[in-house]
Amino acid sequence: MAEIHGLGSSRKRVEDARFIRGQGNYIDDFKLPGMLHLDIVRSPYAHAKIKKIHTEKALATPGVLAVIDGPTLQKYNVHNMPTLMSDTQMVLPLDTVKYQYQEVAGVLATDRYTAADGVAAVEVDYEPLPVVVDPFKALLPGAQKVRDDKDSNHIWHWEWGDKEKTDKDFENAEVTVKENIYIPRIHVSSIETCGCVAKWDATNGHLTLWMTTQAPHAIRTVVALITGHLGLSEEKIRVISPDIGGGFGGKVPAYPGYVIAVAASIVTGAPVKWIEDRTDNLAADSFGRDYHITAELAGKKDGTLTALRFKTIADHGYTDAAANPSKFPAGLFHICTGSYDFKNAFIEVDGVYTNKPPGGIAYRCSFRVTEAVHAIERMADVYALKIGMDPAEFRMKNFIKPEAFPYTSALGWEYDSGNYPAALRKAMDMIGYEDLRKEQKEKLARGEFMGIGISSFTEIVGAGPSKHFDILGLKMFDSCEIRVHPTGKAIARFGTKSQGQGHETTYAQIIAEELGIPADHIKVEEGDTDTAPYGLGTYASRSTPVAGAAAAIASRKIREKAKKIAAHLLEANEDDLEWERGRFFVKGSPDQGKTIQEIAFAAYTNHPQGMEGGLEAVNYYDPPNLTYPFGSYICVVDIDRGTGQVKIRRFVAVDDCGVRINPMIVEGQIHGGLTMGFAPAMMEEISYDVDGNVHGTNFMDYLLPTAVETPKWELGETVTPSPHHPIGAKGVGESATVGAPAAIVNAVVDALSHLGVTTIDIPMTPRKVWELMHKHGATLEE
Amino acid sequence: MSTHHIQVTINGKVHEADVESRLLLVHLFRENLNMTGTHIGCDTTSCGACTVILDGKPVKSCTVFAVQADGSEIRTVEGLAQDGKLSAIQEGFHEKHGLQCGFCTPGMMMTTSALLEQNPHPTEDEIRHAISGNLCRCTGYMNIVKAVQYAADKMAEKVEV
Repeated sequence: MAEIHGLGSSRKRVEDARFIRGQGNYIDDFKLPGMLHLDIVRSPYAHAKIKKIHTEKALATPGVLAVIDGPTLQKYNVHNMPTLMSDTQMVLPLDTVKYQYQEVAGVLATDRYTAADGVAAVEVDYEPLPVVVDPFKALLPGAQKVRDDKDSNHIWHWEWGDKEKTDKDFENAEVTVKENIYIPRIHVSSIETCGCVAKWDATNGHLTLWMTTQAPHAIRTVVALITGHLGLSEEKIRVISPDIGGGFGGKVPAYPGYVIAVAASIVTGAPVKWIEDRTDNLAADSFGRDYHITAELAGKKDGTLTALRFKTIADHGYTDAAANPSKFPAGLFHICTGSYDFKNAFIEVDGVYTNKPPGGIAYRCSFRVTEAVHAIERMADVYALKIGMDPAEFRMKNFIKPEAFPYTSALGWEYDSGNYPAALRKAMDMIGYEDLRKEQKEKLARGEFMGIGISSFTEIVGAGPSKHFDILGLKMFDSCEIRVHPTGKAIARFGTKSQGQGHETTYAQIIAEELGIPADHIKVEEGDTDTAPYGLGTYASRSTPVAGAAAAIASRKIREKAKKIAAHLLEANEDDLEWERGRFFVKGSPDQGKTIQEIAFAAYTNHPQGMEGGLEAVNYYDPPNLTYPFGSYICVVDIDRGTGQVKIRRFVAVDDCGVRINPMIVEGQIHGGLTMGFAPAMMEEISYDVDGNVHGTNFMDYLLPTAVETPKWELGETVTPSPHHPIGAKGVGESATVGAPAAIVNAVVDALSHLGVTTIDIPMTPRKVWELMHKHGATLEE
Repeated sequence: MSTHHIQVTINGKVHEADVESRLLLVHLFRENLNMTGTHIGCDTTSCGACTVILDGKPVKSCTVFAVQADGSEIRTVEGLAQDGKLSAIQEGFHEKHGLQCGFCTPGMMMTTSALLEQNPHPTEDEIRHAISGNLCRCTGYMNIVKAVQYAADKMAEKVEV
């Protein structure tokens, strides 16, 4: 009998078999007979009028079949598309471009080299227009308008919490602190870029779209909504998300390239492939972050926090193409009271248009949770520093008490469970906190700068309960369908889509735990909208909290039916049966039982008369609440006073994601998440000059961490199961990216606080750190 | 655009092709020979997803022309397993959870291959430097380092089979 590999088994991954042999099926691996290639002409200007597009030379290039521009698409009314936030995004412009590298025209050719030749041969006459890059300037009266169809550059105002009570707390506070924190624009940079193959079958009017998407079902519905007027209704659209080379949020939106490829396939009748190159990907795809936060805390001299007030400018670029639940234009930013027991809080966010690429997607985090965590965890240190309290002691003092759960935060979230002091204490013990503080003092006396930074974050993931959570009206449940075959093996299909998280391995473990069928006997499939049940996909750490729960519930439905069949086979009363993993037996007579495999066989060969045959179930899981993973991270840095280089000496991460399905995979997720927390803290930023020219259009300018810079992570865990999740799991893929940056910044500020430094913006490049030290006369000169 | 007749040996098998002078080596594999195990991640020699072994040296095949490889011996991810048996490197990546999305993995394994041929007993620092031309966005490199160590140990027959 094969091993069950239920919850807690570090089962080796099923998906590895194809990947380590070079047999994965990524989008660029698809090749269809007669397939054409799409490449895209992009704007060199951040804002310009298109006077004329000259296509003659391109069309004269042997192998170039067509040049598609905005007016071409306008004939079919697909030149614009809705964003996930119900804003409008150009697929191709009719007459004006709004950001550098914006799509201007598509070139269709017989192979990718010829398509690139065609792009080079297209000549466009532009008339440059004034550019708005700075979101604060964009809000000034008389500022150049980014959008002709809007009254101003102000997109929306969103506020949450009790302003009056919060303001009063600030007026009466013994201590207040305030900092401006900028969390720069960054890019997920999955190693695989985005792309698709669109295949229109003119005979039956069916469209098959292989596409790098984290949310295939939602994409199918969006395509149906955009193209319904052309007769392309939803039953004729099949979206297939093949193996995906990393997503991290960047493969949630629909990009213009996808739509152009679909249009091109419909017009030519041939399959069309579009694959971004790295510059397309970095310069034009949705970005993450870009939040300008003014953060304030109020409290007492003894360190007790009372109120929080954040005001934020959110730079969305040319259109609000964020991927947030509809009701939350700033995502779940109102988790920003974090792990602390505030009496009152009030936050405001204003969305702004600028001449930059659109977005506001997550970078490996749930809807703006990183921005929230960064701000509160930084401000906790600012407050502790101001009153001269150790930041660990300060956190312990203000944590929501373990006995207070379920806990309703000042901004209205109901935290399901938590034990914050335990996680912080564990991290402190692992790293030797008290000894480090002594060492720090000794080092400073010798003129050496060392810092210790803490981040005790609380996440909010698993969107979400249908009462509050939808995207374009689609409720954010997710699904699992299980079919148990006559021989006791099974196939399970999901509405989510793995991008490296290992769903084929871990989902099978949940079902194995619930049904006692060995995980090796359970095939997991995702990503094909023709076969998988509807779900909103994989992002925001929602797969385990939502689809994972669906797997457990669908399994339990199967178990209920199995019990009836077992009662029939054993000629016993259902109530007299007991379940042990994989088997029903008669209470008091453990020998008299039927295994799930025997029951499955009977479901097809000998089921009770009057009962439906077969053994299968489907569940669309609507979570009763979100889940709240948390953790405490401690980072130790040494700063080179000659160069400004920050060296992360140690980094301890204690995570509590509830019950761990596969500890090996959980740790792998945390390693990766920490590295994507380290990256924006130290290296990554997409910036623009005053003319809207983007800096960082390749991996020589936009720096991803290599194995050399990446710290060696030390992991610890506590386990506080989610009380409302069927298996007590909470989600873990993003915790570390959310929690890590503040720990690193806090460590650097801690090392420099004796100079009067209270804040530093990320990325903390050597130059930035050196300049900060130099300003305070603290650099070492040769 | 001129074309050239080239002959390359890939994973022990001789291939002949007429190629444009501008054809990149990675496209020779992927487009002309339908060997899609070697991936493209950046187009600028930065990410290493396209790493293959050319005459014993790891190269980024997005920055080598196919014609430059004329007459050479090439090894790609498809050649790692022998007679259906995984190599120690492939086994190491699987055993130590050295991959997640799998996109960087072929290049990472080929760099590992070259490293262990030159230095069968690398230290952790040597491993980290050797793979620093290969970007991975998923794993944080910790388990890749362990995978390489596993492979080194296995190749030295330290690991029980």
